[in-house]
Amino acid sequence: MIAQYPTTWRRPHQIVPDRRLRIALQIGVLVYLVLAFSTVEVNWQRVTEGMERGQRFIMGFLQPDFTSRWRDISQGLIESLTMTLTSTVVGVLISVPIGIGAARNLVPRPVYLVCRAIVAVSRSLQEVIVAIFLVAMFGFGPFAGFLTLTFATIGFIAKLLADDIEEIDETQAEAIRATGGTWFQLLDYAIKPQIMPRLIGLSLYRLDINFRESAVIGIVGAGGIGATLNTSIDRYEYDSAGAILLIIIAIVMVAEYSSSYLRKFLQ
Amino acid sequence: MLELSSVSKTYRTGDAALSDVSLQVPKGQIVGLIGPSGAGKSTLIRCINRLVEPTAGDIVLGGKSLVSLGGRDLRRQRRRIGMIFQEYALVERLTVMENVLSGRLGYVPFWRSFLRRYEGADIQRAYQLLDRVGLLAHANKRADALSGGQRQRVGIARALAQDPDLLLVDEPTASLDPKTSRQIMRLLTEICAERNLPAIVNIHDVPLARQFMQRIVGLRAGTVVFDDAPSALTEDALTEIYGAEDWDAMRKGDDEQAEAESDALRQLAEVGA
Repeated sequence: MIAQYPTTWRRPHQIVPDRRLRIALQIGVLVYLVLAFSTVEVNWQRVTEGMERGQRFIMGFLQPDFTSRWRDISQGLIESLTMTLTSTVVGVLISVPIGIGAARNLVPRPVYLVCRAIVAVSRSLQEVIVAIFLVAMFGFGPFAGFLTLTFATIGFIAKLLADDIEEIDETQAEAIRATGGTWFQLLDYAIKPQIMPRLIGLSLYRLDINFRESAVIGIVGAGGIGATLNTSIDRYEYDSAGAILLIIIAIVMVAEYSSSYLRKFLQ
Repeated sequence: MLELSSVSKTYRTGDAALSDVSLQVPKGQIVGLIGPSGAGKSTLIRCINRLVEPTAGDIVLGGKSLVSLGGRDLRRQRRRIGMIFQEYALVERLTVMENVLSGRLGYVPFWRSFLRRYEGADIQRAYQLLDRVGLLAHANKRADALSGGQRQRVGIARALAQDPDLLLVDEPTASLDPKTSRQIMRLLTEICAERNLPAIVNIHDVPLARQFMQRIVGLRAGTVVFDDAPSALTEDALTEIYGAEDWDAMRKGDDEQAEAESDALRQLAEVGA
């Protein structure tokens, strides 16, 4: 009886079922890759020079010099931390109402569209580009950095918060609506309890993103530890640069561990 | 007294969920609403407190029409209508006490509800209600720490905190075990009797409806096809509500199942022999 059934089975190809087309595509990709690699010009002399410089860089890391530029480093650090904290607080405060406005299930359509547009603008501009623009407007220094990070925080938190509000348990909201509560009471009793842990988690996450970003935007002139790092590399002081990078790594790790601990505690 | 006259609801997709439903529920009466899934039971009770907007007809509660209200007037009327939900619909991260007090939202100004500074009388009544449903000791627990039956009793306390003139109950026992279901139904009927409260109860458990309801309304494809005392709910009436084909199909399915089982038994016996 069982002899009538085949003994072999192959998983059918999901993406390109036709065998000939599949082989043609594979050959095409291979040819393209070969051609693409052949156009990359490698200057081997510069590569060896670069390796030498990289070696000095690594030596600098191995002997980090915290002391000789400590005043610049500490000043940059304080600027960065101030920028990070203030921009996160202000950014979260602004993004909460925008996030609520960008949740389709809570607001009329025009409000939704306006808030989603704000989110889209904030998210489509990369931090470095915004920083360059704001440095040109307000000059070098941490103020431009503060504005940049606040702007980026709004897009990040408002979008994730809005998506979260759209996925809440609707029956809880329905129950509060059925008691005759107002829209603000609905927010307070049905929405807030459902999204609060997530909002706190996102804010902590954004805090450590903002610190890392503050180092990057410092390079384009927005103050903070990034500016110090940039200066030390320009001066070929790789030992100080190594010290700065180690400090950044340490702070990011502390932020990472403490925020994940806090998030677990708040669940 | 609740009066529905020719209530219809057509969803935007064109599905007619209710057509021309007329009902009168006098004070103190508990009405069971039965019918197959998709018959419009949920839509009907949600039309009454306007969580769903009816497309035609009139709904009058205690001499006041509910269909044309908006904004503040709608909230004023909603607070007179307590609602109890299938999956309890408690706000899980709030405490039991906050859930019960949320029944007062239609009565208190925003700052009181926001600061949780309810008036003494409201808090006293909330404690009294929690005691009535047997959960006084759990007032400060989070709602998600309770069992299903306990959660539904918090749901009942929340609805009663509204000081309602009508209870809407949507499948109160669908997520509960049979014993807890009976306890919840008994509690509901007792409370309605104590307060002379009318209630409309969506229920898909026919024996439970027979046991606890004073009157049964059968809904089929959005129209009322049965409206009488539970004793009049005969086999024929059930067929009228749930459809003849379904009963036959179910029975046929049972036959097939029985045949398959006896066949399996026979084969087992042969192998053993």
